[in-house]
Amino acid sequence: MAEMSALSRKLIQNMAETLSKQVKHFNKTETECLIRLFNTLLGEKTESKATHGLDRGKFRNILHSTFGLTDDMIMDRVFRTFDKDNDSSLSVKEWIEGLAVFLRGTLDEKIKFCFVVYDLNGDGYISREEMFHMLKNSLIKQLTEEDPDEGIKDLVEIVLKKMDYDHDSRISFSDFSNAVRDENLLLEAFGPCLPDLKSIQAFEQHAFQDTSRT
Amino acid sequence: MGTAIKRVFQWSRPNDSGVSVLEDTSLNRDLLRHIIDFVQQFSTVHPNEASMPFYEPLQWSTSLQPSDFHSEYTVSDTSVESQETDADGRPLLHMTPPHISVRSFSQLSKLLVLSDDRKFKEAEACLEANRDPMLKILGPDVGTEPGQDSSEDKLRLQVILRQLGTQLLGNSVHQFSEDIMVSPVAVKREVEELQGLCGEKKRLKSVLYTSDFEFSNSCRSPPWRQVHGEIAYLIIETCDVGTLFVTCSTDGAFLNGGIGHGRHENAFDRKSEVYRDVTTLLKNKSPHFAEDLMKQDLQEEPQTAQKLQHVEAVDAEEPGQTPRSYEQEEKNATERQEPALNKDLEPSPPNCEIATESLKKSPKSESKKKTAASGSPLTGCTSSHKASPGEGYSESSSESEDDEEIIERRGDSYTDVPSEYWHIQKLVKYLKGGNQTATVIALCSMRDCNLAQEACQLAIRDVGGLEVLINLLDTEELKCKIGSLKILKEISHSAQIRRAIVDLGGLQTMVSILDTPDKQLKCLAAETIANVARFRRARRTVRQHGGIWRLVKLLECAPKPTTLSTEQEKDVEVARCGALALWSCSKSTRNKEAIRKAGAIPLLGRLLKSPQNNVLIPVVGTLQECASERSYRIAIQKEGMIEDLVKNLSCDNQELQTHCASAIFKCAEDKQTRDLVRQFNGLHSLVVLLKQTENKQLLAATTGAIWKCSISMENVEKFEEYRVLQTLVALLSDQPEEVLVNVVGALGECAQRPVNRIAIRKSGGIPPLVSLLTGTNQALLINVTRAVGACAMDPENMAIIDRLDGVRLLWSLLKNPNPAVQASAAWAICPCIENAKDSGEMVRSFVGGLELIVNLLNSPNSEVLASVCAAISKIAKDEENLAVITDHSVVPMLSSLTNTTDDNLRRYLSKAIARCCMWGSNRAAFGEAGAVAPLVHYLCSKDPKVYQTTAQALFQLSKDPNNCITMHQSGVVKLLIGMMGSSDEVLQEAAASCVANIRRLALANEKNRFG
Repeated sequence: MAEMSALSRKLIQNMAETLSKQVKHFNKTETECLIRLFNTLLGEKTESKATHGLDRGKFRNILHSTFGLTDDMIMDRVFRTFDKDNDSSLSVKEWIEGLAVFLRGTLDEKIKFCFVVYDLNGDGYISREEMFHMLKNSLIKQLTEEDPDEGIKDLVEIVLKKMDYDHDSRISFSDFSNAVRDENLLLEAFGPCLPDLKSIQAFEQHAFQDTSRT
Repeated sequence: MGTAIKRVFQWSRPNDSGVSVLEDTSLNRDLLRHIIDFVQQFSTVHPNEASMPFYEPLQWSTSLQPSDFHSEYTVSDTSVESQETDADGRPLLHMTPPHISVRSFSQLSKLLVLSDDRKFKEAEACLEANRDPMLKILGPDVGTEPGQDSSEDKLRLQVILRQLGTQLLGNSVHQFSEDIMVSPVAVKREVEELQGLCGEKKRLKSVLYTSDFEFSNSCRSPPWRQVHGEIAYLIIETCDVGTLFVTCSTDGAFLNGGIGHGRHENAFDRKSEVYRDVTTLLKNKSPHFAEDLMKQDLQEEPQTAQKLQHVEAVDAEEPGQTPRSYEQEEKNATERQEPALNKDLEPSPPNCEIATESLKKSPKSESKKKTAASGSPLTGCTSSHKASPGEGYSESSSESEDDEEIIERRGDSYTDVPSEYWHIQKLVKYLKGGNQTATVIALCSMRDCNLAQEACQLAIRDVGGLEVLINLLDTEELKCKIGSLKILKEISHSAQIRRAIVDLGGLQTMVSILDTPDKQLKCLAAETIANVARFRRARRTVRQHGGIWRLVKLLECAPKPTTLSTEQEKDVEVARCGALALWSCSKSTRNKEAIRKAGAIPLLGRLLKSPQNNVLIPVVGTLQECASERSYRIAIQKEGMIEDLVKNLSCDNQELQTHCASAIFKCAEDKQTRDLVRQFNGLHSLVVLLKQTENKQLLAATTGAIWKCSISMENVEKFEEYRVLQTLVALLSDQPEEVLVNVVGALGECAQRPVNRIAIRKSGGIPPLVSLLTGTNQALLINVTRAVGACAMDPENMAIIDRLDGVRLLWSLLKNPNPAVQASAAWAICPCIENAKDSGEMVRSFVGGLELIVNLLNSPNSEVLASVCAAISKIAKDEENLAVITDHSVVPMLSSLTNTTDDNLRRYLSKAIARCCMWGSNRAAFGEAGAVAPLVHYLCSKDPKVYQTTAQALFQLSKDPNNCITMHQSGVVKLLIGMMGSSDEVLQEAAASCVANIRRLALANEKNRFG
């Protein structure tokens, strides 16, 4: 067993070495920690890591419990954004690349990330319908007796007015990016999809400290 | 319009046949005139609508004859028809005298032109016969009638008529406001006020009631006269037009036939027109009173305000418990009805509704009524705020510049609601009912509104947005907090919003946000606090909730002057915002103390080394604000900040330069600071800044700094080198007072050196200085007198001053109520008397001048006393003048001052006594008045300057034997012998001579006794 773990440690170190060169924001030890965490999350099937990855359910669990995201749809979208090859499971590489943006991304990276999350159908635009879909639960208290959808529609129009720079009734990446640069608050305009500072700190502390003990 | 005609016009009671007519009142006449103007211009202003036929013709009996009609009409003997017809070929005007029917505005307007001087009558008749012209013109179902081809025209016509209706309402409201009855209470108040004007101010001699008895309804007129609406009778003695007999009645005030002045038959008759109130009557009758009122412009303000109270709404109080005539009752009835009637107005046109609503409040003051007339839904709830975004930080130290006093003023600056108002209202709904995402969107969208615009600021407040924004600060959501603060920061430029934020407890939350680790949030909170803390209560709130030390903590960044990382830049930004907030807070004295105790001074000192102007401005701003406190001045000097302040005098930002200069201005009270400024080459920078004559604030600060620096003679030498005097003299004209005060102050200090006195003369500074002696600004007068006094030490200057009658001007300043001015003037007089030719004659030529200056010896202010003593010692050099002031009992007055402990006063007092001994029996008189013994004690005083003059005085006094005895008894000899050893020759001589006199007396005495 000790040999095994020594072996795996070696493996992990090698992997960390290569990955940390590919991924910004994490150094080698941090990468190593994240790989360990990844393995822990996968359970004890560490050896077969190449074939298996983190599945949607587990990942959503993490998003919910560790990073405090709540919206099912958004969490789903975050998973898809992490899952670059669209195979419905996260590989170690996807995990680390995703977290790099998720935890420590620059504004540009975050803008890209959020846009992909919000672009539900992946056509490169956030359409009125997509916005409506994402904002439909955003009004806690009904404003008027009238059609509850009215309020949402109105909200969508407000967003469009604010973000649709080229006036084509949909938000392109450049619209989104310009608007966010103009007003950073709009980064998560259609629902929280990034962790807040507190949970980032908590996560990093937990991940990087915890594994360094072993 | 229909409603207006029905309601606004004053209709008489129906006569026997049940027809009521328009009463002949000024209100009705005014409204009619308005309608006539409107109709006459109708064809030209609205040509399309003018030709539109009415639904039903307007019919009335006219006084016009067929012969009055000319072309465009088919005229027969008995009837007239217009050639203009409607679509069906029916004429639009048809007349069979006396009946006339008209069916379009074009015809109405032509008709009015035709009727010429009878148009008034025609219009009246028309309106009396058509009580609801709207109905006839537009038909019963206005606007809803389908199928009519001209319905659009009709709609437009409807709009035009409604506008007229609104205007009429507005007009009538204006009329009511002037046409309101006077109540007994108002009369009483006014009379009290007028009685206040009698006596001292001498506007009136007296104001008296004819009867002391006041009925329970507050009237003083007998019941049988109360019936006529008379309230009280007054006898007013004016200063210029003799006695006026005035009746105060519910209609106003008028002159009567002399009630209370014997028995006149027609005493109660009206002898003048009716004025609104007694004041107005007096203004018209007594030119003296009117002129006096005009003169007192400033006092006029509150008076007009009070006057408004005189005009009370009719329903407030009625004088009539006693039976009143039918006429009177009737009049009241109609008047009383008006406000009530307006309540019933159908609120169909939107503007109309507002006018009525305002009326419902039964406005008591005219200003409110004007609001109604200008009629916008916003005016009721808004005010014009004075704070423009840029204004804030230029305000200087005094706490009185708070916006504390701002009350909701009713602005009529805009007449319609900006479209953003409704948008904001909607956004606030989202803020209230949305989750975080919706909230952030709404906040971002709100920021796109023009938040600098008052309407938007108040829109947020009015729909409860402020509460929501402040509540958001209490949430955990970072984004919401940031978004909310971004908006609060913008809108807090409005004084009312600031107040509201404080009222809602927003400041406390913002203060607690300062603890957050998020730098952006910290910055925003601090900046918002900086905006909000512009009034005292807010500043106190910040202090009481621990805001000061939190803000000071923000300053704790370590900016390295060289390249900064992004993080460090953020730290600097935090510090900047912190300084900004501290600057606002530092306008309260208690806060200055708190800021110092929180350890801000070293931190500010560190930030002062920053290269960034935007950091430096709030830092120096705070420093200069606090430099009014001595503790700060010392600290600024000790922390080595003077160097940085001096360095920044040569920066490229005028605001920063201003603050630096004004910090130096305040700090340079201290000699060491003045030296430091010189050592760091600050004097040159200041002189360079003098060229910026356009920026008056900068100029005031610069000249202030120069003034204070020139208190040190070394600095004056430097200034001479830079030829500052010429520049300063050039600044003596066309400058605001705050600059003048400093310029003159600097000249006064510089002129302490003889060469500068000549320089001032040569650059033509004397005439402007002398002319400034006629000013009223106390601070300026103090400096001018000092400067003139210093200049007068040069005989050539004195000649100019004399020629310009400067001494007389100085002398008249002795009458100034401010003791500092009195003293300064008296000091300036000394060198004038010293150096003027024929000064004795000159002084005598001032009528009452000597008496004036002697009487100043009664002043409680010791500086005044010292200066006056000095002046008296100069005056007394002239024997004739000495005789005069002796007659004005200068001796006992001086004697009574001898018990003072003020060394400065002692010095000049003994000098004056020494001089005054020269006349007649004054020596003995001083002795009798008990001046001698206290003088002897002056020789024990700590200030050696006192000795010389005291010794001289004693010497003079010792020429009287009785005084010698007193002196001897007081133990003078020993003291004088000590003085004889002094290095001061004058003192030596005086002391020795005095001792000699005493000795001689003793010898003579012995001789007598034993000889």
